Amino acid sequence: MAKDDKKGSNKKASANPELDKVTIQCIDRAATRVLDSIAKKKQPELKFPVRSLSNVDYDAKKGFFELGENLSTRTLTVNSVKTFAQTLKLMSLSKQMVQENNSATKREAYYVSKNWGDARFTEQPESDTVMDDVEAMFSLDGVTREQLRFVPDEHGGAVAGELIVIDRDPNTHEPIEIDCTRFGTGAYTIPSSVEHLKFRTNAKFVLAIETGGMFQRLQSNGYPKDAHCIIVSMAGVPTRSTRRFLRRLTDDLDLPVYAFVDCDPYGIANIYRTLKVGSGNAAHINQFFCVPRARFLGVTPQDILDFKLQDATHPLQEVDEKRAKDALKNDPFFKKNKAWVRAFEQMLAMKVRAEQQALTKWGLNYVIDEYLPRKLKSPGTFLP
Amino acid sequence: MATKGAEQQGLFPTEGEPKPAAAKPSRATSSTANGAGESAAPRPSAAARANDDASDDATADAEPSSGRDRSGSAGGSGSGGETVAHRLAAKQREISVSEFFTKNRHLLGFDNPRKALLTAIKEAVDNSLDACEEAGILPDVKVEILPTPREDRFRVVVEDNGPGIVKQQLPHVFARLLYGSKFHVLKQQRGQQGIGISAAAMYGQLTTGKPLSVISRIGKKHPANYVELKIDTARNKPEVLREMETDWEKEHGTRIELELEAKVQKGKQSVDEYLAQTAIANPHVRIEYRDWEGQVTVFERATKTLPAQPKQIQPHPYGVEVGMLGGMMKTTEAKKLAAFLKSDFSRVSPRVAEEICEIAKVSPDARLTSLEPEKIEAIHQAMSQVKILAPATDCIVPIGEAGLVAGMKKVINADLYLAETRAPKIYRGNPFVVEVGVAYGGELPAEEPVRLVRFANRVPLLYQQGACVSTKAIITTDWRNYMLQQPKESLPVAPMVIVVHLASAWVPFTSEAKEAVAHYPEILKEMRLSLMEMGRKIATHIRKTRRAADEAKKRDYIDMFLPTVVEALHEILALDKPTLDKTSGNLRDILEASRKKMV
Repeated sequence: MAKDDKKGSNKKASANPELDKVTIQCIDRAATRVLDSIAKKKQPELKFPVRSLSNVDYDAKKGFFELGENLSTRTLTVNSVKTFAQTLKLMSLSKQMVQENNSATKREAYYVSKNWGDARFTEQPESDTVMDDVEAMFSLDGVTREQLRFVPDEHGGAVAGELIVIDRDPNTHEPIEIDCTRFGTGAYTIPSSVEHLKFRTNAKFVLAIETGGMFQRLQSNGYPKDAHCIIVSMAGVPTRSTRRFLRRLTDDLDLPVYAFVDCDPYGIANIYRTLKVGSGNAAHINQFFCVPRARFLGVTPQDILDFKLQDATHPLQEVDEKRAKDALKNDPFFKKNKAWVRAFEQMLAMKVRAEQQALTKWGLNYVIDEYLPRKLKSPGTFLP
Repeated sequence: MATKGAEQQGLFPTEGEPKPAAAKPSRATSSTANGAGESAAPRPSAAARANDDASDDATADAEPSSGRDRSGSAGGSGSGGETVAHRLAAKQREISVSEFFTKNRHLLGFDNPRKALLTAIKEAVDNSLDACEEAGILPDVKVEILPTPREDRFRVVVEDNGPGIVKQQLPHVFARLLYGSKFHVLKQQRGQQGIGISAAAMYGQLTTGKPLSVISRIGKKHPANYVELKIDTARNKPEVLREMETDWEKEHGTRIELELEAKVQKGKQSVDEYLAQTAIANPHVRIEYRDWEGQVTVFERATKTLPAQPKQIQPHPYGVEVGMLGGMMKTTEAKKLAAFLKSDFSRVSPRVAEEICEIAKVSPDARLTSLEPEKIEAIHQAMSQVKILAPATDCIVPIGEAGLVAGMKKVINADLYLAETRAPKIYRGNPFVVEVGVAYGGELPAEEPVRLVRFANRVPLLYQQGACVSTKAIITTDWRNYMLQQPKESLPVAPMVIVVHLASAWVPFTSEAKEAVAHYPEILKEMRLSLMEMGRKIATHIRKTRRAADEAKKRDYIDMFLPTVVEALHEILALDKPTLDKTSGNLRDILEASRKKMV
C-alpha cells in the first residue's frame, strides 16, 4: 500500500527515528509471542484492554478517563482465526508503514485489506474495530496510534478568532503563518494531524461550540474580536483532531476552554464529557485527547430558569432520560462531580431540554449581547 | 373389477315390507316397486349426509320416503276432493339413480371434465387393485389416455391382471349403479359403495354417447369375453350392444375402455399425481402409465409381498345408528332379538345381549318382525349403555412402516424417510389405523409449505385437502418445536412431504366423492401423536445435519485463514523456511484440536 499512496503527507525522513524503533520493537515482540506459542503447540493469545466505560477510572488530578486493568484475551481458535489473522495483518501493515515512513487512514487501511483474500474486511466498521484493538493493545506499551501510523480521516472543526497557527507548506516544508482573523466570514479548518502545529495568540479564552449555526452567528457578528477569544465549532462530538487541537491550545497557550452546547443529556454526557475526559471506547488514547481544563459554560438546566427559556424547551425523550440516568449511574466522571449530579437531577425533574438556539427567543443577537457576557462575568460558576 | 361373489342380493327392500322407525325426514321421492335397484334412488344424497352409517343406511333411508309418500297422499285426500296434495302427487314420480346422477354428477366427483378424467381412472384402478388383492395376485396395472379427433374427448384404457369377471356379471358390474360386492361388507377396501366404475361409464355415455367396452378373462382355460355396454338411464339396467369371444394375450384380467369428455393436465390433482401417490401407498403394485402424448411412466414394484387380506367384520354396537339397526333387523336370518344381536354384531356375547334386552325392556325372545319403532329405538339406546368390548382390530391391514418408506422412496427424492404405523384405535365402534410417513430434504423445495399426501385405505385423496382431518392435524401441531418454520394456522414451511394414511373398515369421508376424511376426535388425536413423533425425529435429523455442515465450515475456515496468519507472522518477523513450515504445521494442529473440542 505504501507504494500506491500518492497523497504523500510524509515523504521526508521520519520525524522521530527513536520512537519508530520502539514501535517496531513492540510489534515484533507481540508477533514473537504468538510465534513462540505456536512453536510450543499452545494456543497463542493476544491481550487487549477492555475498551468501555466499565473499564475506565476518573481521577480528577489527572483529569481524564484512565484505562483500567481489565484485559480481554483473544485466544486463537477455529472461531477466532479470521479476526486473529486480520489483527496480525494490521500489525504487519503498521510495521511496514513505520519502515517506509508512511501512514494510512482507517478508510485506507480498510481498502488495503481487500488484498488479503478471504481475510479481507467486508465493511469498514469491522476494520475499525480490529484497528482500535491493535491501537489499544499497543497503548499498553505506551505506543500511540500516530506511532502505529494510523491517522484519522476526519478533519477537525472550524476555527476563528484571534489565533495565528504556524504550519508547514506541504510542498516546500517552509513554515507558514495562518491568521485566523483573516478568513472574513469563513473559518480555518483543523487538519487531521495537529502535532506539528505551533500557535500565537492574544485571546483570553477558547469557546468550543456544539453547532455550526451558533459558530456562524458569533463569527459573522464579530464576536471573537470583541470578546478577545478563539471560537471552535465541534459539530457534535468533537473528532480526535479537534480534541487534540483544543488540548494543544490549552497546553501551549495556557488558555481556558469553555464549552457552549445544548442543554440535553447528549450535549453534556457525550459532547462535553468526551471533550473534557475522553471516552470509554477510546480510553487508551484519552491521555492525549482529553481537555481537562475545559469548563461547561452552558446551556445549563439552571440557565433555562435564569434566562426564562421554559417556553422554548422540548420535553425530554425516553432516550434522553435513559442517557441521563445512565450517566448518573455508570459514568465515573459525573459520579465524582456533585455539581453535575445536581444538574442532571435538575434536568430530570424539569423534564425538558433546551437547545443553544433557544436563546434566540429573546432576539437573534441576545446570545451575543446578553447571554455570553453575563455568563462570562463569573467563570467560577461554570460546571466542572 | 371386484365382483367375486357379486350376486344381486335383495339389497333394497321393496314396497311391501314393514317400515322401520323413520328417524330422518326425506325428500319427495317415491319408490314404486320397480325392482330392487330403483328403490335405492335416494342413496347418493342420503349418503352425503352421513356416509359413515354402515351398509344398510340406504335401506333405512329409502323407507321413510316411500312411507311418507303414501301417508301423505292418504292424509290429504280425506274429503275425497282434489287437494293440493293430489295435484302434487300427480307430479311425483320415481327418479332413477341414473337420472339422479345426471343432475348431481358432482357428488361422485364428475364436476368438470378435468376432474371427471381423474375420477374415472381412479375408480377403475381402485377396482383393479381391490380385485387383484382379493385374489392374491400382485397387481400389474396399465393406464392409458388416448387422444381422439375431438380436443375435448379422450379415451381411457385401464387394464389389470386380476381374476377377471364371469361373462354373465359383466353388464351388471359396469353398467348398473349401486351394484357390487362391497357395500354390504364391513371390511377395509378401496371401494365402498359400488357406484364408481358404473358412474364413470355413465359419464362417458352422457358426454360422448359412446359405449363402454370391456374385455375380461377368468383363466387360461376360458375364453376372453368382449362386451360393449350402455346404461339404460331411466331404468338403471345394463344394455348389451355387442357381445363376443375374443383373443387376448392375458391369461386372466380385465380391460376396460371408455371415451369421455375430459381435459388433460399435469401437476396438482392430475392423473400423473394420482398414480404416483398410488405407488407410494401401494408398494406392491406395478403401474404403467402412457399419457396422451405417448409418454410412458412406470412405477415399479417396491415389494413382492402382497398386503394381507383384511378380514370382514360385523358392525360393532357402538357404531350403529338407529336406522341402520332397523335395516339390519330386516335382512338378518335371525328371528329373535337376542339371537340377532349375537349373530349380527361383533363383541356381543350372550350376556351382553341379555343386558341390552334388559335395559331396553324388550324380551330377548321378541320376534324381530313384530318390534315397534319405539322398541327399536330403545334397543339402540340400550346398546350404548352396555359396556361392550372394543371391536377386533385385525380387520385393518396398514401399509406398514417398511412399505410406506419403500413407496415414498419410489416416488420422492429426499434425504430422510420416516414412517410410523400406529396401533389400531376405535372411533364410533369402527377400528382404524393411522399411518404417517415423512420424506425430508433432498430435492424438495425448502421455501414452500410442505406437501401433504393423503390416503384412505391406500387410495390417494386429491381434492378438498383443507377439509380433511389430516390437514387439521398438521396445522395444530407446533412444528416450530421441531426446528421448522410454521406461519400461524398454516402448514409448516420445509423441504418435506407428509404422507397420512387412514385405514379403516369404514372410512368417514366428508362427502360421497371420497375426497376428505371427517374430523373425528379419535382420528385427529392419533394423527397428531404420530406427526409429533415424526417431528421429533426430523428435529434430530436437522440438528445432526446442521452440526455436520457447521463442522465442514469450520474445517474450511482453517484452510482459509491459516495461510494468512502465517503470512502476517512472516511479514513481521521474516521467518526462514523451516520455521515457516513448522509454524504452519503446528498451527494446523492447534486449530484442529480447538475444532474438535468445540464439536
